[in-house]
Amino acid sequence: MAIKIKEFINRLKEYNTTWKTEPRSGQLHSISVLFDTPDQIIEAAKATANAGYKKFDVFTPYPVHGMDEAMKMKESKIGWIALLAGITGAITALLMIGWMGGIDYKNIIGGKPFFALPGSIPITFELTVLFSALVTTAAMVALFNKLPWTSNPLHETPFMKSVTSDKFGLVIEAADKHFDERNVENFLGQLHGHSIEKVYYPIPDVGKTKTPVFDLKFMGVIAVTAILTAIASYAVLNKVLYTQPFNWMWEQPRLNPQAQSNFFGDGFGMRMPVEGTVARGFIPYEYKGMPDSVIKLLANPLALTEEVIQRGKVKFDIFCSPCHGYYGQGDGRLKGQFPNPPTLHSEKVRNWQDGNIYNVITNGQNVMPAYDKSVAREDRWAIIHYIRVLQRSQNAKDTDLEGK
Amino acid sequence: MSFDSTYTKELPLVESKTSFSEIDNVIAAPMESKPGKTWFLLLALSVTMLLFGAVCLGLTFWFGIGLWGNNQPVGWAFDITNFVFWIGIGHAGTLISAILFLLRQRWRTAIARFAEAMTIFAVMTAGIFPLIHVGRPWLAGYLLPYPNQNNVWPNFYSPLMWDVFAVSTYLTVSFVFWYIGLVPDFATLRDRTKAGIKKALFTILSLGWRNSNRHWQHYERTYLILAGLSTPLVLSVHTIVSFDFAVSVIPGWHTTIFPPYFVAGAVFSGFGMVSTVLIFVRKVFHMEHIITVNHLEKMNKILLATGSIVGYAYAMEFFIAWYSGNPFEMFVFINRAFGPYAWAYWTMISCNVIFPQLFWFKKIRRAIPVTLVIVILVNVGMWFERFVIIVTSLHRDFLPSSWGMFVPTLYDTGILIGSFGLFFTLVLLFARTLPVISIAEIKAVVPGAQPTHKHHTNGQH
Repeated sequence: MAIKIKEFINRLKEYNTTWKTEPRSGQLHSISVLFDTPDQIIEAAKATANAGYKKFDVFTPYPVHGMDEAMKMKESKIGWIALLAGITGAITALLMIGWMGGIDYKNIIGGKPFFALPGSIPITFELTVLFSALVTTAAMVALFNKLPWTSNPLHETPFMKSVTSDKFGLVIEAADKHFDERNVENFLGQLHGHSIEKVYYPIPDVGKTKTPVFDLKFMGVIAVTAILTAIASYAVLNKVLYTQPFNWMWEQPRLNPQAQSNFFGDGFGMRMPVEGTVARGFIPYEYKGMPDSVIKLLANPLALTEEVIQRGKVKFDIFCSPCHGYYGQGDGRLKGQFPNPPTLHSEKVRNWQDGNIYNVITNGQNVMPAYDKSVAREDRWAIIHYIRVLQRSQNAKDTDLEGK
Repeated sequence: MSFDSTYTKELPLVESKTSFSEIDNVIAAPMESKPGKTWFLLLALSVTMLLFGAVCLGLTFWFGIGLWGNNQPVGWAFDITNFVFWIGIGHAGTLISAILFLLRQRWRTAIARFAEAMTIFAVMTAGIFPLIHVGRPWLAGYLLPYPNQNNVWPNFYSPLMWDVFAVSTYLTVSFVFWYIGLVPDFATLRDRTKAGIKKALFTILSLGWRNSNRHWQHYERTYLILAGLSTPLVLSVHTIVSFDFAVSVIPGWHTTIFPPYFVAGAVFSGFGMVSTVLIFVRKVFHMEHIITVNHLEKMNKILLATGSIVGYAYAMEFFIAWYSGNPFEMFVFINRAFGPYAWAYWTMISCNVIFPQLFWFKKIRRAIPVTLVIVILVNVGMWFERFVIIVTSLHRDFLPSSWGMFVPTLYDTGILIGSFGLFFTLVLLFARTLPVISIAEIKAVVPGAQPTHKHHTNGQH
């Protein structure tokens, strides 16, 4: 196995060297001739075109005026590509703006219509230019000139090195219909040029492997690049972007509820309101510490409706039932973790006025804490209505069964 | 490149009859020789500036743009000033390569490549500023209309959105234009280079270009089309940049003169920068016979013309402020010239309007040291123009209770210095790695480079 790989690598190395060796061993590609001045090359091009050759080409270090006519070439049609691409760009832009702003995500901006042509013109113009420029360039390179093509037989010849510097060259290709090696050589000899040379195809001797894509080095580089790209993309997208300074506003310099803070002496993030602070719309409870006889004058402001009773039930079940039980019998679900309160159906409680119950809920009694902070005032009154319903249900008289 | 020169009599574009291979040698020389001490010194200087800016920018990313001097009411300050300044610098390149090409100004050949490169570098530098201005530049991708998790499309009727399209199109098209111009030169360099990585790179970059006339035909037509597309493009870019201001309702910004005024200012500042750099380049790389005094003189004439247009715009702004009868507009302009930022205003006026007027004298146009001083002043003046437009229009709001002052912090200044560092670093690297003058194009304008057409004209050459 190891020997086979070694052999394979050697073959690839040979491939790389034979490609560049001179003289080349392949078929004849063309015959080339060089000239020194632009006047000479123009004359030579005219003569070649007049002699009926079609597959010939002129190579000049810069575009020479009048060469297109001398070679009898048709005008370039690339302008049409530019026009079509530009129109495509304009239509794309208008459809994009129209669909995105006018159909898919309608948003009123400055009272303008969802699709406004005047405001769309700048972007339409830019995309027209962008499409036209990119497509025309790509078409020039790939479609019209058949590039990139770095393995043309003319590359790496003395001829090519001259015409990219200071000489003017002419080439007649072997693929031409009228090509005859001797005739062409004679013809080129009459053109007052010099350095007439035959250009051959190089034959790459690569054994059984035809394509250099399988070069181990090449594949290795591709594999390493792929792995590095993957690691880098993962790191950037999943790690780097979520570290400082890339701030997604998830972490902000502020105090969260229930969070610790070293800023305050007591270590709490949440603060109590300043002593004596009165919330907006808050009416202080005036009966605190007053005798029951005064408190009982406090009347329930809520009308006795089914809605109120339902609200009272919800709040009772949430706040009162853990200790008092769902029916107020003092059989809460705390199972001895907290002392069970007495039943709400005692004579005492049944005879209490609403005001007395309200006072107990608001300020607490014995071990029961005050609920003024956690149960809203109206809800306390609703709870009282519900307690009355419970008391009535638990102490129903026989006469209650009689219909009205 | 294909046009007839017989109808104008011009000064020679390349001094003395230079052979083609000599052109190759001169232009390739900086790429094939070891750089001298001067180059390394300049590179060290510009990289230091770049690093200083990078540190200031890094700190800005870390702590936020509160490090800058921006405040209420001056919410736009150095960042947008620098953006408009650098975008403006970029306009000279396209003007030279596209508009002067269409106008058959063949003298552009010697300076076009360098100016195009400067366009790309300037637009790259400019592009940084709107991104960092938004505070969290890593979210800038949301500017592009792609279907993202927010299910929201951008607002296509905002000048800031137009900016995104205009600047990115401009950068792309400028780059393509530049690269297409480089392809034949890469072919020349490929065939000059013997072997190695350089050869491989030039082979890839040249796309296998063979200087074939069947290719030149499409190439030239494409070049012409690109020039035709770039011309309205370059005008649109600074027009749209001026819309950032003109479409708002701030007194001092809300004027219809802005688009042409900005375009003229951009060309003016761009030519100033191109001249500044070329004066050094031709000296350091011994290209005085290719980038001649005639070229500099022609650029000075353009500076004179655009400087006068800019001066006219300054005057017209004042006239309209008075003629409109709008008290807010009048206040802004009186405040500009005589308020707390009057020093900036008069710096701008003297650098942009007064000094370039010296170019009316031929002796001054052709005196290189004087030209250098004036073009540097033009750069300073044009930076101050953007500063004046932005800061003086904002710093005194409608209510005196909202008046404030903008004072740049170390970070503002550092990022400005860093932008110059980035630009000059790129310019210096470019000057050593790519042909700074178009080899193919300059060969085409050497005396005797084009056929005499004995058969149909008696033309001269």
